[in-house]
Amino acid sequence: MKRRTLLASAAMGLALAAAPAFAQDKPKIAFVYVGPVNDGGWSQHHHEAAVKMKEHFGDAIEMVEQESVPEGADAERVLTQMALSGADLIFTTSFGYMDPTINVAAKFPDVKFEHATGYKTAENVSAYSARFYEGRAITGYLAGAMTKSNKIGYIGSFPIPEVIRGINSSFLHAKKANPDVEMSVVWLSTWFDPAKEADATQALLDQGVDVVLAHTDSTAPLSVLEKAGGFGFGQAGDMYDYAPQPRLSSIIDEWAPYYIDRVQAIIDGTWTSQNVWQGIGDGMVGIGEITGPVPEDVKSTVLKMKDDIAAGTYHPFTGPINKQDGSAWLADGEVAEDGVLAGMDFYVEGLTAEIPN
Amino acid sequence: MDPVLLVASIMVSATPILLAAIGEMVVEKAGVLNLGVEGMMITGAVVGFAAAVSTGSPVIGFAAAALASAVLSLSFGFLTQVLLSNQVATGLGLTLVGLGLSALVGASFEGVRAPGLGKLWIPGLAEIPVIGPMVFRHDFMVYVSLALVAGVWAFLKYTRAGLILRAVGEDHESAHALGYKVVRVRLAAIFFGGACAGLGGAYVSLVRVPQWTEGMTAGAGWIALAIVVFASWRPLGVLIGAYLFGGVTVLQLNLQAAGAKVPVELLSMSPYVITILVLVVISARGVHGAPGSLGRSFHAST
Amino acid sequence: MIRLEKRPQPSRLWTVVTPLIAVVLTMVVGGIMFALLGKPPLEAIRTIFWDPLFHPQFAGYSRPQLLVKAGPLILIAIGLSIGFKAGIWNIGAEGQYIMGAVTGAAVGLAFYPSESVLLFPLMVVAGALGGWAWAMIPAVLKTRFGTNEILVSLMLVYVAENILASASASWLRSPEGMGFPGSRNFKQWPAVHNDELIANTGLHWGVVAALIAVIAAYVLMARHIQGYNIRLTGEAPRAARFSGVSPARIVFLCLGISGALAGAAGLFEVTGPAGQITIDFNSGYGFTAIIVAFLGRLNPVGILLAGLLMALTYIGGELAQLMLGLPGASIQLFQGMLLFFLLATDVFTNYRIRFAKGELA
Repeated sequence: MKRRTLLASAAMGLALAAAPAFAQDKPKIAFVYVGPVNDGGWSQHHHEAAVKMKEHFGDAIEMVEQESVPEGADAERVLTQMALSGADLIFTTSFGYMDPTINVAAKFPDVKFEHATGYKTAENVSAYSARFYEGRAITGYLAGAMTKSNKIGYIGSFPIPEVIRGINSSFLHAKKANPDVEMSVVWLSTWFDPAKEADATQALLDQGVDVVLAHTDSTAPLSVLEKAGGFGFGQAGDMYDYAPQPRLSSIIDEWAPYYIDRVQAIIDGTWTSQNVWQGIGDGMVGIGEITGPVPEDVKSTVLKMKDDIAAGTYHPFTGPINKQDGSAWLADGEVAEDGVLAGMDFYVEGLTAEIPN
Repeated sequence: MDPVLLVASIMVSATPILLAAIGEMVVEKAGVLNLGVEGMMITGAVVGFAAAVSTGSPVIGFAAAALASAVLSLSFGFLTQVLLSNQVATGLGLTLVGLGLSALVGASFEGVRAPGLGKLWIPGLAEIPVIGPMVFRHDFMVYVSLALVAGVWAFLKYTRAGLILRAVGEDHESAHALGYKVVRVRLAAIFFGGACAGLGGAYVSLVRVPQWTEGMTAGAGWIALAIVVFASWRPLGVLIGAYLFGGVTVLQLNLQAAGAKVPVELLSMSPYVITILVLVVISARGVHGAPGSLGRSFHAST
Repeated sequence: MIRLEKRPQPSRLWTVVTPLIAVVLTMVVGGIMFALLGKPPLEAIRTIFWDPLFHPQFAGYSRPQLLVKAGPLILIAIGLSIGFKAGIWNIGAEGQYIMGAVTGAAVGLAFYPSESVLLFPLMVVAGALGGWAWAMIPAVLKTRFGTNEILVSLMLVYVAENILASASASWLRSPEGMGFPGSRNFKQWPAVHNDELIANTGLHWGVVAALIAVIAAYVLMARHIQGYNIRLTGEAPRAARFSGVSPARIVFLCLGISGALAGAAGLFEVTGPAGQITIDFNSGYGFTAIIVAFLGRLNPVGILLAGLLMALTYIGGELAQLMLGLPGASIQLFQGMLLFFLLATDVFTNYRIRFAKGELA
């Protein structure tokens, strides 16, 4: 926090120095969202972070947003229009915007772009992603510790590396808390379909699962768990409304600090292209307050785990870890490389189902 | 896998599409193709949720949902029946309007909690082993949906009004010549269809999920349309179709949860393929099933 | 009560006037809606209808974009309108559009990284064939078993969507995509990239094809014997049969044309503006095209204009979101209203309105 206040005052100094030019041309920051800004999940939390960023800078910047922009041709047009409207920095907040972002950025070398969760960068395009698997380690451990039936469930959207990483991280740590735990994975082939998410939660409960981890966008799983019993976690947002039952904790998308930093860099004229993958330590992944009937020893274990991850002394993928087929992946004490994690397409040992396709 | 829980889940999952489909079936029986079911469902979902939250009563929520969607469907009725616009295009327009309107109306109800809908144990029957917990321990809307199916069946089969409705749908010229009020009958059918779709939508937002989120019906209205076809326009078929469609979804989720490898895409397209096959079979038998005047505009030339 | 009296011939005057009335009505009601949302109504309407065409900052870009957005809509709608004229209701163009894109992309990717100039034409043919084949399913079922084509074609949209999902997640997935869903990007493969033919005009092969389709459809319907047969089948099926027109042939012809055009539109889109097969590649073009076909009164020139108008509301709507912060849903509602008013006022073209005492039939 201190660092940011410092930066802010530095910016004010700079702004004063460059007052005439500055007053005429406030930096214009644009955001593109794939869903509506009140989808309760992914887009909403990018939007909320954008609003926080705007509050931080107040009138020093101008902000524009566009919601429900389909990925593909429409995205490219929307981005071009934003660039034409004088945007200085454009955040494209969905994986599917990657190629459109790169294409438009090539046409507007003076406009800076920040693309979320992709892997392509350019002179004027940064990529930023969050190490959600660090958060998944915490919620996985809690799930393993809190299940009475030794069965936990995971609702996945599409079998992409991001989701598979989350499943592996959750399972490994659930197992740490409870060696007998089994995990069922249900794939929905959609990021957002509240009714289907609700049905999937119910299906898991019917199979004897009593803690559900979700990797889809809506709060439907928590709504079902609240009614039917069982525990779950906030996803994308804190979802504190659902505490103490069914919510145990949450993985929070904390984009605001990053947005503030990057906009500051635009104001300061120090923006350069980068490719970052930030986790709990950088503040991009937040862990919500632990609520519900979590025993004190479990609580202290996960809080310590959280601190260790933040400090960099513990990596959620630390060997020995075998792949699902029993072949060795990480030797004792070995830590997974980012490259392998980024393209993760295998389950770890102990998960029984197969990855679709 | 516990069959009792499975059947109970299927009934909950199938109820929204059952409600919407039985309404649409009546509309189509009257010779009108309303493709706006999705738009009416989402309107019902948001209005039902808003009304239930504001009054604290889910029953009022369902009533409001039915009324709102029925009124919305009358815009379709006015355009297609009075101004003789094309039903396919108007139905698609109705979906656009419903989706847009619901998102605007619902913006202030995001993240709000709905009042719960208690389970209604049918006295006596709920105590029967196996069957009891499967079928007789649901909320009242599940029974309403089943009663509606039975009611529609009896109405079409045994009442004079039902006969007129079918006559209007089969051949509106002849029905008109016989002195039946084609446009009035159709408007009434559209109103009923709208009300049913509204109930179905409200069931999603008040019971199945329960919350309001923009776009939350996520295509259920289109499934309802498929079910009507699958049913070849018979109430019992609608019931079977809705439970089958709901069943496939719930079953595949349960199979996955139980650890079976499931070809997700193959299974999620299977209901539609089956519907096509059913269509082929019924038309190959020479019974077309579809009401004769389905989708055609009626203009009394005299 | 209102009584409608059918005109012997559609009124030429009203054909021109009704769309204008509808647009004005939409502006008024839409303006009230924008005002209720706390946004300046006049500015919102100007942003939607005027700025994409004449705004000094945007028009240079958004004018060509109108063509890009309207191209596939027009191409698909032209095909559909021919069938609609014959009373053949293909409402599954969305599915044919998807299958065209998937088939064409699959054929192209099979030859990756060939630089042959023949590859793109081959892909176009494959795309059109893919859409055609998908439309042949309802055609065969209709002619063989009398199955209702509205419902079959609609069901096939969902089947196609699932095929698209599996294509983007597995069998067409880019091997260089780090395991993410989505095919290779055709924009980075110059031999098959359906780029603008002349820079900054928005004119790509799909737009060219759409313009050709407009002319061809006009010639077919107005001058060609098959066009006459198609119209006759739609207006007087019995008379058509007596004069020797085979209903089955008309079904195959109409569904074939609309399927092939939708498939080609999908291919032009995936190799051009969209760039790759992704899970959400289809953004409802097939359904919007139905609306365009009706807005254009099933007339080729009308469809051209309707496609451009529809594209204008999309692009203008995006600008209104960007400039005025209007919610996306309000734009959707605005489009729905425009459609409703156009359909409602259409009655004046074919009927005279009489206010007389009488009862609703």
